[in-house]
Amino acid sequence: MKKFLYTFTFIILLGILFTGAALAQDKLPTDDEVNKVAHNLYCPVCQNTPLDVCPTDACKDWREQIRGMLAEGKTEAQIQQYFVDQFGDRVLAAPPLSTKFNLIIYIIPPLIILAGAIILFRSLKEWTTPKAVEAGSGAARDASEASSQKDSYVTRFEEELKKQK
Amino acid sequence: MIAEFGYGIALVSFLVAVYSVVAAVYGATKKSASLVESSRRGMLLTFPLITIAAGSLIYLLVTNHFEVAFVYEVTSRSMPTYLKITAWWGGQAGSLLFWSWLLAAFASAVTIRKWDRDIEFLPWVVMVCSVTLVFFLGMVVFYENPFTRYWLVNGNVEPHMFQPALATIFTPQDGNGLNPLLRHPGMVIHPPMLYLGFVSYVIPYAFAMAALITGRTDDRWIRLTRRWSLWAWLFLSFGLVLGGRWAYDVLGWGGYWGWDPVEIAAFMPWLTGTAFLHSVMIQEKRGMLKHWNMILVILTYALVIFGTFLTRSGVLSSVHAFANSPIGPLFMAFVSATLIASIALVIYRWPQLRGETEMKSMLSREALFLLNNLLFMSVLVICFWGVMFPLVSELFTGQKVTVGPPFYERATAPIFAGLMFLMGVAPLSAWGHSTVKTLGRAMWKSALIALGVTVILFLTYTKNYIALIGFFLIALVILVTAQEFWRGARARQRSQNENFFSALSRLMGRNRRRYGGYIIHISMMLMAIGILGMEAFQTSTQGELAKGDALDISGYSVKYRELASWDDTGKGVNFTRATMDIYKNGIYLGQLHPRIDYYFDSQQNMTIPGNRSTIKDDLYIILVDWQPTTAMGATFKIFVNPLVNWLWVGSLLFLVGIIFAAWPDRDPAEEISRRGITQSANQPSAAD
Amino acid sequence: MTEETSNAKHGVPIWTQVVIWIFVVGLLGLVAFGLRRAQNPQAAIGKPVPDFNLVFYEGYEYNGKKEMKLSDLQGKIVVVNIWASWCKPCEQEAPDLQAAWQIYKDGNDVVFVGVDYVDTPAGANEYLTKFNISFPNAPDLKSNISSILNRQMGVPETYIIDRKGILQNIKIGPFSSVDEIKSMIQSVQ
Repeated sequence: MKKFLYTFTFIILLGILFTGAALAQDKLPTDDEVNKVAHNLYCPVCQNTPLDVCPTDACKDWREQIRGMLAEGKTEAQIQQYFVDQFGDRVLAAPPLSTKFNLIIYIIPPLIILAGAIILFRSLKEWTTPKAVEAGSGAARDASEASSQKDSYVTRFEEELKKQK
Repeated sequence: MIAEFGYGIALVSFLVAVYSVVAAVYGATKKSASLVESSRRGMLLTFPLITIAAGSLIYLLVTNHFEVAFVYEVTSRSMPTYLKITAWWGGQAGSLLFWSWLLAAFASAVTIRKWDRDIEFLPWVVMVCSVTLVFFLGMVVFYENPFTRYWLVNGNVEPHMFQPALATIFTPQDGNGLNPLLRHPGMVIHPPMLYLGFVSYVIPYAFAMAALITGRTDDRWIRLTRRWSLWAWLFLSFGLVLGGRWAYDVLGWGGYWGWDPVEIAAFMPWLTGTAFLHSVMIQEKRGMLKHWNMILVILTYALVIFGTFLTRSGVLSSVHAFANSPIGPLFMAFVSATLIASIALVIYRWPQLRGETEMKSMLSREALFLLNNLLFMSVLVICFWGVMFPLVSELFTGQKVTVGPPFYERATAPIFAGLMFLMGVAPLSAWGHSTVKTLGRAMWKSALIALGVTVILFLTYTKNYIALIGFFLIALVILVTAQEFWRGARARQRSQNENFFSALSRLMGRNRRRYGGYIIHISMMLMAIGILGMEAFQTSTQGELAKGDALDISGYSVKYRELASWDDTGKGVNFTRATMDIYKNGIYLGQLHPRIDYYFDSQQNMTIPGNRSTIKDDLYIILVDWQPTTAMGATFKIFVNPLVNWLWVGSLLFLVGIIFAAWPDRDPAEEISRRGITQSANQPSAAD
Repeated sequence: MTEETSNAKHGVPIWTQVVIWIFVVGLLGLVAFGLRRAQNPQAAIGKPVPDFNLVFYEGYEYNGKKEMKLSDLQGKIVVVNIWASWCKPCEQEAPDLQAAWQIYKDGNDVVFVGVDYVDTPAGANEYLTKFNISFPNAPDLKSNISSILNRQMGVPETYIIDRKGILQNIKIGPFSSVDEIKSMIQSVQ
């Protein structure tokens, strides 16, 4: 419990600190306003946790800091920039494009997917053009015949359905 | 005593596994049946051996032997006995032993069966299983030994397996205790489920390798492992869902899936496994895609090993953790070696693997299945790259980055939509040939109704166009699938003169995999409703309340009534529990109790939400903060999670579907062999 | 990704094999490279520490400068202490560190530098005031310094760099006494 007491005295202290700013601004930003900004920032010490739901004491401090910055009239973009300057790009939800290197995270997956799609469609095209049955595929034919037996019902069934229409 | 005994047995099972590898390879190359049989027996022997080793570890865990480092790390006196047992997989060393134990169990189950027709596979299946086992047991024995004890050496406490000179044993008073997050019932069964899934995939891989090595590249290996891959998929899927439920109940951030690297590590083998489940049907039905199925099995195996490592070590969250543990490089070496060997084998056997590559139409079911595979692989590529990128970035730019949910959501959402569309089309297309015309004719009614549903939703529920596209696809798939059931049952009803329901049940019983698959499709759509609800409509608010004050959100009013805090010394927990009155549109609905549990032994908090779940939405309240001195004000965060319950309903149906599909009606291998001998007598007939 | 269909009798064409192997080996190589680099950190005991920048907190300076580089301190023993205001063990050692600094500050031979790892300015200010810390302190901007020094366990960690800029000693976790700090510095001298 000591741990909590400690945090709370600290937060109360912070509260007193910010009351000054609040008086000037007339009212403090609400928790929802703070969370809206915090949601798009990631906790720099714990991995992959957005700042708005991170339960650690350190994150509470950061949320209070966001509140303070909002009270000073800073915009969300300014606050984000401040966090990036302080803690690095990892506070952002995705790698920023301001670093050219980060482009590759957006480029490589589409390229690989595209390559896969091209290979697939070329193969499909080749397969759909009728050709002579090659030697060596006999074994496969046997296997597929074995399987077609099991599914004779299904095939028959599908034939039946087609006739129905 | 027990620690030495357990370690000794672990060492013996390691040696036995090594022997099995050697005997299997030597026996197969020298064509010595007795050596192969000996390797099989060795393989079978590992299971009881590891069971004894694991039994020793469990004994140590349950009896508070805190001089054992692993016991000290994961248990404490205040933990109930069942948690002390499950603490077995609560830490790195224990979970590696757990993995080995599962693998030995599965490998034994496989090798115990009759092998007469497939005797040439036997040594290689034993070899692959044993090599994997050697690797995991080797880690247990040499690097992550759960039996290591604390010794007092010259006044310092050091962990050693055996007594150093002049040292006395050191027994801490109490243990560290299991991480409270791992004490939740969901977390008690979630890791074993994932591991069961992971380990089951070793078996299809072992058979695939056996097929490649022996050159017997027909689809025998696929038939032999068909049920394994279904069960593996069941466990993996169930493990993932349980993980989600656990996150929702315990992590207290209002969600179930955070695209965390650890989650993705478990998701990736699921993706390849799902793709495999579909493409394997093409091989069975059409004799195509033999290469591709091999590649998928290999990929799944590699991702399983990779995932096992990631879920335990946190490699990706910190490069340092990876490097400082000796098992990092070992895992890397093992994954590399198996991957390179497997790929080399596939290339070597490439010509023999060639199947029939004839296809009549780009809209045939096999073509659509291929498209489905492409989409699954696309999600895999995105996930893999997203997980790897922080590592790549730190390597090349020195800058740490986060790849968070927005990246994955944006990248995968269109692909998931594509998969849903395929789910709506593929069941209607026929093997071999389909045309736009036949497909259109089969689909237009469902499409029209789905469109109607979408219009109604547009007018009454939401204007969010992404959600509307999602709802349209969901409706389409459900309708098309339901239509498949209906059409089949009607056709059978007519031809067999049965009543509708017995026709339906016979139809399903006769095509378990197909209709089980359809049930799974529908369950996926129910889950999609939940996911869509969370993604598109989740709302939240947070505020500090004095007693008697209320927070309003989406028609709900949540009033803070009181807060109590007490120590439960028996459990070693401090509970802080709030009582909230819930009103909706002025009507009193009951009370909810969000709380925070503070565990003394591990000095960690657990945030337990108060959750009121209905089919329409969940009201999910988290206690964020409170004033400990006065107990006057407290801060709450409230989420309204629309439709999320459908996710869990869908998961249950999913379970039903997959068990239906995988239920052993007849042993497929037996069935085939029987059919081989007495084909006419045993032929399944529609007139049955 | 899918089947290659040409040349039924000849297996996989050589160029495809080459592409596949380059891809696989490249991928594995990347991870292996990452491992190697992580195992041989930029700063290791007995090796020179790569240079980094310090921008001191308000109210702190070194020789009248608000900003400096590690390399500016060549010829002196540098004690780099990494801390954070949310870190409880740091509070244990903070008074000892300050007391040790009182011993060394006039000698002009040993320099203490506090590096504040991911923190809020308000928290940092409160912490520094609470423990009356007078040696120069700077935030670890973009976690640059901690990534160079290869933090292993968390905060606090202390690094002792000799007069030639070579890392001589690392203390993981808090110091338990002023004497411990002194003996660690003396071992470098």
